[in-house]
Amino acid sequence: MNGYFADVGALARKDLLLELRARDTLPAMLLFVLATFVVFHFALPSGSSALAASGLLWVAIVFTALLGLGRAFVPEREQRVFDALVLAPNDRSAIWVAKALATLAFLAGVEVVALPVFAAFFHGIGAATVGGVVLADVGICAVGTFVGAMATASRARELLLPLLFLPLAIPIVIGGVGASIVDSPGRYLGFLAVYDLIFATLCWASFDYVVAE
Amino acid sequence: MAVAIALIFFVAPEDADQGISQKIFYFHVPIALTAYACFGWGAWKALRHLWEREPGADLESYTAIHQGVIFGALTLVTGSIWARASWGVWWTWSSNQLVLFLVLFLFYCAYFMLRYSVEPGPQRENLSAVYALFGVVLIPVSFFAIRLANDFIHPTVFTSRGPQMSGTMFTAFCVALAAMLALAFTFYSVELVGKRVDARLRELRAAERPATAARRVPEAVAR
Repeated sequence: MNGYFADVGALARKDLLLELRARDTLPAMLLFVLATFVVFHFALPSGSSALAASGLLWVAIVFTALLGLGRAFVPEREQRVFDALVLAPNDRSAIWVAKALATLAFLAGVEVVALPVFAAFFHGIGAATVGGVVLADVGICAVGTFVGAMATASRARELLLPLLFLPLAIPIVIGGVGASIVDSPGRYLGFLAVYDLIFATLCWASFDYVVAE
Repeated sequence: MAVAIALIFFVAPEDADQGISQKIFYFHVPIALTAYACFGWGAWKALRHLWEREPGADLESYTAIHQGVIFGALTLVTGSIWARASWGVWWTWSSNQLVLFLVLFLFYCAYFMLRYSVEPGPQRENLSAVYALFGVVLIPVSFFAIRLANDFIHPTVFTSRGPQMSGTMFTAFCVALAAMLALAFTFYSVELVGKRVDARLRELRAAERPATAARRVPEAVAR
């Protein structure tokens, strides 16, 4: 089990180092989310309710995540690292855990900037929204990296990722929007936690089949 | 099927406040349940493929999901007609079942995109099977999510106190459900036979090609 965590740590460190040196994903995600907010400002006619802005925050989060997820397996594919990782004598689900953690780090990094900016542009954000965002991020990264690996194996790749991901992300959006707009968000936060648990377990158990030839 | 139609139109009493439009209930609900059954069967076969490496399970899973999508599309159409007849709108977001079917329809359409964008082989079988399993988990999760998100105007006919309808209506409903399942099963078998013949033919062709090539070489040498 120790070896498993060491594998995960090494793989996640590789992704973070790669990003630190190349700096191509994180700035792109940041710029994207800011540009989205500006678009939303003009998409919402003046006099729209604060509820509409809360909903759009979730649209921005899901699409920004999608941008990062689309890049997640690009280094593996371009440099043929995937073959080596699959051949390596480690548990293959470690590849998924590490990739999900690295993507989660990127997404959290973007949100640390994006949420205060949202609060400045539109309206303040409560603790429930932040909690919802954290729980949703876990689900988005778990499921997103999983279907990202699937999409990498196909011919259509980037085209396929949103198609595979969005139907699975609808419950996340429902839970997240619910948590940020209702007065007692407990049920929605609980739902997000259950979603994370179910899908993370499923991904963890079946990742082996996705990468195995 | 014919018995079911006869029962629906001649035996079952008309609903007090919905009148004739309520008859579509006997099509809409059995079609929806049949679609669920198809998705469930597809996921079961997918599990068999992954777990036991059962030969042919991939094809069966694919065929079941194909039928599920066809019945799912029919559910959307009949549900939409029913909504038009009884609520006066073609589409309503507060109808949980309709929204769920829309989500599932999108999900399983993506299944086909995935399947046709991967080269045929063991990896395609694995990816399809895993995605099919995700679908069967997504059904209850989405169901609860949509339920959380909504107020209810969709009538809940089956409650914890048992079916809320009269005896003849229930009989007609059960016969309609059985008929729909039989119909789905027939389609499934026919499509499966077709797909199996197709796969077998392709195998034979692939096996024959090297053989004819081998036969040609000595001829060429002899010449």
